[in-house]
Amino acid sequence: MTFEQFIFYLLAAMAVVSGLMVITVKNPVKAALWLVLTFITTAAIWIIAQAEFLGLVLILVYVGAVMVLFLFVVMMLDINLAQLKEGFTRYLPLGAIAAAATFGMMYMVLGPDHFGLEVTGAPVVHDADYSNTKSIGVPLYTTHAYAFVLAAVLLLVGIVAAIALTLRRRAPKEVLYQNIDKQVKTQAADRLRMVKMDSVVEKSLPVNEEDSK
Amino acid sequence: MIALSDYLIFGAVLFTISMAGIFLNRKNIIVLLMSIELLLLAVNTNLVAFSHYLNDVTGQIFVFFILTVAAAEAAIGLAIIVLVFRNRKSINVDDLGSLKG
Repeated sequence: MTFEQFIFYLLAAMAVVSGLMVITVKNPVKAALWLVLTFITTAAIWIIAQAEFLGLVLILVYVGAVMVLFLFVVMMLDINLAQLKEGFTRYLPLGAIAAAATFGMMYMVLGPDHFGLEVTGAPVVHDADYSNTKSIGVPLYTTHAYAFVLAAVLLLVGIVAAIALTLRRRAPKEVLYQNIDKQVKTQAADRLRMVKMDSVVEKSLPVNEEDSK
Repeated sequence: MIALSDYLIFGAVLFTISMAGIFLNRKNIIVLLMSIELLLLAVNTNLVAFSHYLNDVTGQIFVFFILTVAAAEAAIGLAIIVLVFRNRKSINVDDLGSLKG
């Protein structure tokens, strides 16, 4: 076993164990933290497969943004843990059988018989000055430019949907809102009324007798 | 030298783990969402491995788009969970039967 294989199997074992912990621990906060470990080890495996850019993106975007979002939501909700875990042992045999059957079928297709080193040959090893980021970026902005723009639109729709779902408009009695349309359309004449009137001298002031002395 | 089948079997193991997670955690929507993230990760590992062995960068571009979609999906899913919790004070799947589906 070479050093590269040793590192690969170590990382794969860590990812599998932490993946098992994700689905078995009771507390969703701990499940999210185990999922972070799974993402980090898988990112390292992607880097071994010479996908350096995607490995770093997985750490930055997934561990840095999505999992933090998960942790925020899990910590904000007041969850009854005992209620959520009931039925775990009841579905355990069914889940284990289904998983074993699926893995057995996948192993028959994806195993060393069809995708071993003798069948596929060794992969191309790039030089040290090869830029994975550049080799992804050039097709991304040329041949796949339309899909790239669609992905941007999708993210925009995601932002709008998430905000629109969670935005809570309370009744105007509770909170005073600004009506921006009305504020912008206001003319000076609506706010200030000029009144023409004659000057009035008040004659009915009581004359203080002591002052006139 | 790591064989392609090693990557593919690793992806298959992650895939089956997350599939078992969907079976086991039927009550907990948050762990269900985490299982879906794990499932997408397994699929992406397959794409990265094939991209490496075929020396074709298109697979990695596909992973890029899948990551984008998965991030949007996670954000909207969590927004829906927050909304459900605000209205029902619970995220138990059994309490969400008002559509009688």
